Amino acid sequence: PCAGPVESKNEAAMSELVPEPRQKPAVPMKPMGINANLLGYIGIDTIIEQMRKKTMKTGFDFNIMVVGQSGLGKSTLVNTLFKSQVSRKSSGWNREEKIPKTVEIKAIGHVIEEGGVKMKLTVIDTPGFGDQINNENCWEPIEKYINEQYEKFLKEEVNIARKKRIPDTRVHCCLYFISPTGHSLRPLDLEFMKHLSKVVNIIPVIAKADTMTLEEKTEFKQRVRKELEVNGIEFYPQKEFDEDLEDKTENDKIRQESMPFAVVGSDKEYQVNGKRVLGRKTPWGIIEVENLTHCEFALLRDFVIRTHLQDLKEVTHNIHYETYRAKRLNDNGGLPPMTVETEENHESNL
Amino acid sequence: FTQLCFFCQFSDSAGYVGFANLPNQVHRKSVKKGFEFTLMVVGESGLGKSTLINSLFLTDLYPERYIPGAAEKIERTVQIEASTVEIEERGVKLRLTVVDTPGYGDAINSQDCFKTIIQYIDNQFERYLHDESGLNRRHIIDNRVHCCFYFISPFGHGLKPLDVEFMKALHGKVNIVPVIAKADTLTLKERERLKRRVLDEISEHGIRIYQLPDADSDEDEEFKEQTRASIPFAVIGSNQLIEVKGKKIRGRLYPWGVVEVENPEHNDFLKLRTMLVTHMQDLQEVTQDLHYENFRSERLKRTGK
Repeated sequence: PCAGPVESKNEAAMSELVPEPRQKPAVPMKPMGINANLLGYIGIDTIIEQMRKKTMKTGFDFNIMVVGQSGLGKSTLVNTLFKSQVSRKSSGWNREEKIPKTVEIKAIGHVIEEGGVKMKLTVIDTPGFGDQINNENCWEPIEKYINEQYEKFLKEEVNIARKKRIPDTRVHCCLYFISPTGHSLRPLDLEFMKHLSKVVNIIPVIAKADTMTLEEKTEFKQRVRKELEVNGIEFYPQKEFDEDLEDKTENDKIRQESMPFAVVGSDKEYQVNGKRVLGRKTPWGIIEVENLTHCEFALLRDFVIRTHLQDLKEVTHNIHYETYRAKRLNDNGGLPPMTVETEENHESNL
Repeated sequence: FTQLCFFCQFSDSAGYVGFANLPNQVHRKSVKKGFEFTLMVVGESGLGKSTLINSLFLTDLYPERYIPGAAEKIERTVQIEASTVEIEERGVKLRLTVVDTPGYGDAINSQDCFKTIIQYIDNQFERYLHDESGLNRRHIIDNRVHCCFYFISPFGHGLKPLDVEFMKALHGKVNIVPVIAKADTLTLKERERLKRRVLDEISEHGIRIYQLPDADSDEDEEFKEQTRASIPFAVIGSNQLIEVKGKKIRGRLYPWGVVEVENPEHNDFLKLRTMLVTHMQDLQEVTQDLHYENFRSERLKRTGK
């Protein structure tokens, strides 16, 4: 969907591409389309390779937020997803971890590299969410943070002398951790997702899924999906943003069967059948994190990182950000928030 | 009946009066009368409370259970639901009342969620006080809460603010036994860490949980110590039978193995059950001598009666 100006969409596409190039055709392609007077191979498709090279040089940003009650394994899961210690918790909480009195927003950035591609990953943690006796409106600081990033981006965009590549601190993905009660969602879960699914891509996950048998898991997932539907909560991938039939088919399957992903995280390795695997060792067996018969971690990982990473960013940019921008411009009478900005103002606003 | 033989044996020895037989008589009368016990169960939804109660008493106390969705829970307040079941084992009758508190800790704002619970406990004390001071005291029914299992989430890092507030408000009114259910979500190391954390926080906040009395001369001191050292009990509940090594046992079947309810290496279920049944008497006594007396003196002081 092209909800925003074409210019900015291309910019987004150019600066951050999924590093998975399509193969160059071995044989010249047949001419297609209205301008099909091509009598031979031109090489237009090499642009994919050029973009890929550019991406590798510039790297790309990805900002992932984790939300959920304390102790649901958020930090461990993020560390497992990116196979690095990217979240503030190290394995084993030796330190005194007191629950903060209000919701805090803690963003930690890391640069990780794989196959020559650099990713500047920022993990945004939200300690204190849902932990108090009175959790009314505890999502407000989170909504505020998300909007503040849109505002930052907007200010940079409307600047006269703006940066070549606007630093992107916008939240591309919000993993919401559901407690594996086996019963239903909690009132707080509903309230949070209702408010925030309108401003950010929410991916609900069922945490610490090793507490449920296969039957319990299937039932719980069904119930959660139903509750989300009945309450009009559109989690990512949102139905209205499916671009074509291919997308829709793929996403329908994910929405109706796989999600919410029931996951288990771990940063410890054990020997199972001669292989070293990430897992959890209990007196009754070893739970293998990447074993699909044990839990759906691998599905989540593939979904967020290997197939939908770019789409997460695009939906954030083209939908959520544009919605924010439009609202801001409307509030301002159709004018951009700041037309003139000196260097000093600019620095202090960041 | 061994008691009779015992009596006959010694009735001729000089100086023997025979009141050493009294405990046996009390015992026989109690067995005829049957025992009453009220157990309250408190904790957030989904912590495994009902499954555990059913497992402990080998029954289904909640046959037509309805689990409300999140949207319904938003409007709900804390309810008090009492279910009574008569259990008989080897001629001993137990009239067990389980008091549930659905809605506890579910709301977004849980500030008042234990008021209802405190009120219920006080009401039972009030009723007993009234009956005790009345004219006809032959059939006083004891509905006072003798024990409260407080369920701590195995998913957290220790006590939550709500847990602390609840226990502080209720440790002077009822015997609190902290329990960690769904313990199969933890590795052994995590379990130890959680238990230690919980105990530290309990001591830090001056919370008084139920203390096991010292072992009597005829009790196993070591076993008592082991039991004491296991608090809070980390348990797993289930009434599903699974076949393991040719035997049918109660457990939970996972793709990676079977968790056995009655295996002491898997969890503290047996310890909890043993502790409860061997201490029913003591729990009732402490309720009477400590919690009820506290309530009574406060009450009488207030009304100046």
